[in-house]
Amino acid sequence: MKTLVWVEHDNASVKDATLSAVTAAAKLGEVHLLVAGSGARAVADAAAQIAGVGKVHFADDAAYEHALAENVAPLIVDLMGHHDAFVAPATTTGKNVAPRVAALLDVAQISDILSVEGEKTFTRPIYAGNAIATVESSDAKLVITVRGTAFAKAEATGGSGVVEDVTGAGDAGLSSFVGAEIAKSERPELTSAKIIVSGGRALKDSETFEATILPLADKLGAAVGASRAAVDAGYVPNDYQVGQTGKIVAPEVYIAVGISGAIQHLAGMKDSKTIIAINKDEDAPIFQVADIGLVADLFNAVPELTGKL
Amino acid sequence: MKIIVPVKRVIDYNVKPRVKADGTGVDLANVKMSMNPFDEIAVEEAIRLKEAGKAEEVIAVSVGPTKAQETLRTALAMGADRAILIETDAEVEPLAVAKILKAIVGEENPGLVILGKQAIDDDSNQTGQMLAALLGRPQGTFASKVVIEGDSVAVTREVDGGLETVKLSLPAIVTTDLRLNEPRYASLPNIMKAKKKQLDVKSPADYGVDITPRLKTLKVAEPPVRVAGIKVADVDGLVAKLKELGVA
Repeated sequence: MKTLVWVEHDNASVKDATLSAVTAAAKLGEVHLLVAGSGARAVADAAAQIAGVGKVHFADDAAYEHALAENVAPLIVDLMGHHDAFVAPATTTGKNVAPRVAALLDVAQISDILSVEGEKTFTRPIYAGNAIATVESSDAKLVITVRGTAFAKAEATGGSGVVEDVTGAGDAGLSSFVGAEIAKSERPELTSAKIIVSGGRALKDSETFEATILPLADKLGAAVGASRAAVDAGYVPNDYQVGQTGKIVAPEVYIAVGISGAIQHLAGMKDSKTIIAINKDEDAPIFQVADIGLVADLFNAVPELTGKL
Repeated sequence: MKIIVPVKRVIDYNVKPRVKADGTGVDLANVKMSMNPFDEIAVEEAIRLKEAGKAEEVIAVSVGPTKAQETLRTALAMGADRAILIETDAEVEPLAVAKILKAIVGEENPGLVILGKQAIDDDSNQTGQMLAALLGRPQGTFASKVVIEGDSVAVTREVDGGLETVKLSLPAIVTTDLRLNEPRYASLPNIMKAKKKQLDVKSPADYGVDITPRLKTLKVAEPPVRVAGIKVADVDGLVAKLKELGVA
């Protein structure tokens, strides 16, 4: 089987989510990549270094700069003429583009796969991860998005792919990019962080959240997350949200501070390797999934912990 | 212009789903069902656009069993003007739903179709994008803000790193994210009024759409269970554990 993997990038470098998708695709067969961007030759060159990669299709056009689905989907559909599976990371870009490709190819997409069980058989989470479905496709071609936390990252170097320029129709004339407000932070990104410190509703307000959570995160070099309750209460912006309706994360260490452990939050972090919970309520559901629990008032425990690290 | 809002009847978001013992699916017998939360946000947005004078009519559409009429009545009680149920007891995959919606769009010619970004049962996150593809129209997915400006719509999208705004020519497809709005509760008088609003019942065959599934579910299982670990007595105990993990 020949796969075509969507390379997630910012026109300068390859994003880590791509590497998990490459691992998933390699289980199906030969791995080809697509770099669609503008002035993104460096991305194509870097992508060719990813271990196990064959060909890198490189489409350089101003219309592809922001990965607008209306513009890139026809390009992918063209390339799918000689590929058997389109594989995208389940990032907001992948989730936006892949179904558009699937519909144009008249195939059912398999979203957010957790494992490859056979040539056309996959597992995927349903009901926010409260159940795992094993599904088999009957379509001639596959369109798949890959949950990054479920697959190891392919090595970013050591490969010897060949970059091949391709051209597409460019601007479909349906949509245009206006602007972006991308949160600038010195901290690691939530979805790729090794350590995450998350705060819940118990943090009282945004000042207290910052004063309590950020010093601990800084000490550990951790990303900062939050429960939906904390986001809804306005302590932090929505892009901090970990959970069914926010980001799905699986770091080495997840530290939940003042988070009770609602189903919707657990759905977003229960695949973390080690879960640490600090909560003053010893009956909080978070302790049922935590590897290490500390029953304590977070307003004493967290500053003490930060001080002792 | 008209706005079409597709809505799905799903397990209530407060209910913990239970996997059936025979591994064929999730047990929905005697379980509370509600409108998919992202679809409620879509209905609310459509009604607000109508209240702001940007739209004349809001049409709620559902593909599902007879009981999905309740979900449509909820949309009507919130303020939608009329409803269409495409009745089927089969499980309909996003691609087939998108094909049915395409046919309805062909009949109604809406300026906007606003959908929830995903249903909380199958978590597919596909239908809106697929509909846009089939119609050859632009898509503004995961919207946190929707502003109609003449013959286009500016959609602010929730993306991994923050927010992104795109401009789409109308007609367009929008899918909703959580922060777009807070859906209203239907008042009792409006619930009564909704009972008299028009609700047409059709079938997938009326639109010539083949809803045969493309994916076969081989089994549905419980996720691996995490077992509770240990409790440490104090912060020093936690520091020691963090050192063992090599993070401190």
